[in-house]
Amino acid sequence: MNAQLIHELTVLALAVFVGFEVISKVPTMLHTPLMSGTNAIHGIVIVGAILVAGVGGSGIATILGLIAVAFGAINVVGGFVVTDRMLQMFRRKPAATPAPESKPQA
Amino acid sequence: MPDLTLLETLVRIAWLAGAVAFVLGLIQMNSPATARNGNLLSAGGMAVAIVATIVFLLFRPTETGGVNVIGWVIIAAGIALGGGLGLYTARTVKMTAMPQLVSLFNAVGGGAAALIAIDDYLGLNATSTLPSLQVSVATVLDIVIGSITFTGSLIASGKLMGLKITPSKPVMIPGGQLVTGALALIVVVGAVYLWAGNLSLPVMLLILAAALVFGVTMTLPIGGADMPVVISLLNSFTGTAVAMAGFVLDNVVLIIAGALVGASGAILTRLMASAMNRSVINIMVGGFGGGEGTVAAGGPEGGTVRSIGIDDAAIQLAYAQNVIIVPGYGLAVAQAQHAVRELADQLEARGVNVNYAIHPVAGRMPGHMNVLLAEANVPYPQLREMEDINPEFERADVALVVGANDVTNPAARRAGTPVSGMPILDVDHAKSIIVVKRSMGRGYAGIDNELYVNPKTGMLFADAKQGLADLVAAVKAL
Repeated sequence: MNAQLIHELTVLALAVFVGFEVISKVPTMLHTPLMSGTNAIHGIVIVGAILVAGVGGSGIATILGLIAVAFGAINVVGGFVVTDRMLQMFRRKPAATPAPESKPQA
Repeated sequence: MPDLTLLETLVRIAWLAGAVAFVLGLIQMNSPATARNGNLLSAGGMAVAIVATIVFLLFRPTETGGVNVIGWVIIAAGIALGGGLGLYTARTVKMTAMPQLVSLFNAVGGGAAALIAIDDYLGLNATSTLPSLQVSVATVLDIVIGSITFTGSLIASGKLMGLKITPSKPVMIPGGQLVTGALALIVVVGAVYLWAGNLSLPVMLLILAAALVFGVTMTLPIGGADMPVVISLLNSFTGTAVAMAGFVLDNVVLIIAGALVGASGAILTRLMASAMNRSVINIMVGGFGGGEGTVAAGGPEGGTVRSIGIDDAAIQLAYAQNVIIVPGYGLAVAQAQHAVRELADQLEARGVNVNYAIHPVAGRMPGHMNVLLAEANVPYPQLREMEDINPEFERADVALVVGANDVTNPAARRAGTPVSGMPILDVDHAKSIIVVKRSMGRGYAGIDNELYVNPKTGMLFADAKQGLADLVAAVKAL
């Protein structure tokens, strides 16, 4: 075991605790946006995908890299946009002009 | 650890900033008033992390792994293609279809995490480099968990869409549990072989194939109503897979983000399972079985059902002071969210105080019913959680149950019934109860609902949407 691994395990353990602490404060009313929001957050995998795709290598590695980046991008863009669409529907008072198909923001 | 170049230092700080933004964004999710900002903050953190990564590759000297033209084309094409697809689906999806979309996004996230590890392993294989134990552990775990999530989420999504090849009812494969067990064995034996210090592409591919099929056989037997648990669990898996990808690439921001999502999924899984009165294991082992063997002893047999008409119901509602509406998934299936809000508007115009009591498992994913009602312009202060509203049923003149069944069954308070111990809404504490329902059919648990034979209960036999529309008209006419 090297220092790097211990360092990463420390980060993992602390992040799990932060996750439990923060998430348990989210009201059940917001659990669907929470899930789609955390879904978008795991789209951070795109950073890894970009790093891997950039290095290139064999033809297969290139194709896999392309798919990984595309998957990550779907995850990030779709996740955040759909979460925003849901959250803007939660209003204290009903909208003045009821617009069921309110336009989402990118 | 070696000293970093200035570029690498700055990039790592940007990644850290991204991780901090994720945590701060999630903290703001604790209230509907700040949640939208929180999401934007997380999105900002993501943008910073992605831009930093691209800058990192842009300025990295070629001899230490700089990116060539093909690499840039791949990255640009991937982002354009994926981003466009994600944007389009996110903008066009209907709110009722949210569970399957979240499931799809979950699938691609898990898939990307698995691909990173596969790509990494191909590189090691090409150069015949034997990975250290820690890299090989992370790589195999990433491939296994990511692949299971990928196919599992695709199947779950298909079930939620009601596709023919993936029916929402449990699919029992003959000897399915045997197959699943055998696949798990292949994965474990293969993993141990690789961890023992062997470099073998065929074994890695075997593990990959087994994990992909495992995801299918694991999810197929699970019934539609158990989906909230399954989606939460798969969400947690993806988080774990992303954290593992962080170990493969020595990238801390992936570890942090993955851990946050893993924890979030775990919490939601536990919450959903307990709200459905089933253990996670019981649900994953699958099928409709388990927990539903015996029909309630001392049930409501022989009780009489009182049916009421639209006008009676309208009068009760219109002259009440406090009305609590109890919506279930049946309401969403009937697309009656707007009808129920219209009824609430009519009642409020007459000075009636209206609230909605929302059970945690109302819908096909955690919190789904809240989103559906928010879309119908129900103000969120009226959307009340179970623990919060239960004490108020005593003061409610009328509880109006639409499309909810098992979660209102008082039998849950007694031992010895399939719903025993399940947290329920205390609908029977209200002064009077109106249940809008098409027939006396049973709910998911397959038992009679004792609420329906309660002397205080009037059954309004109608389709949810039509019944509510008739109620609106009748209240207006008063």
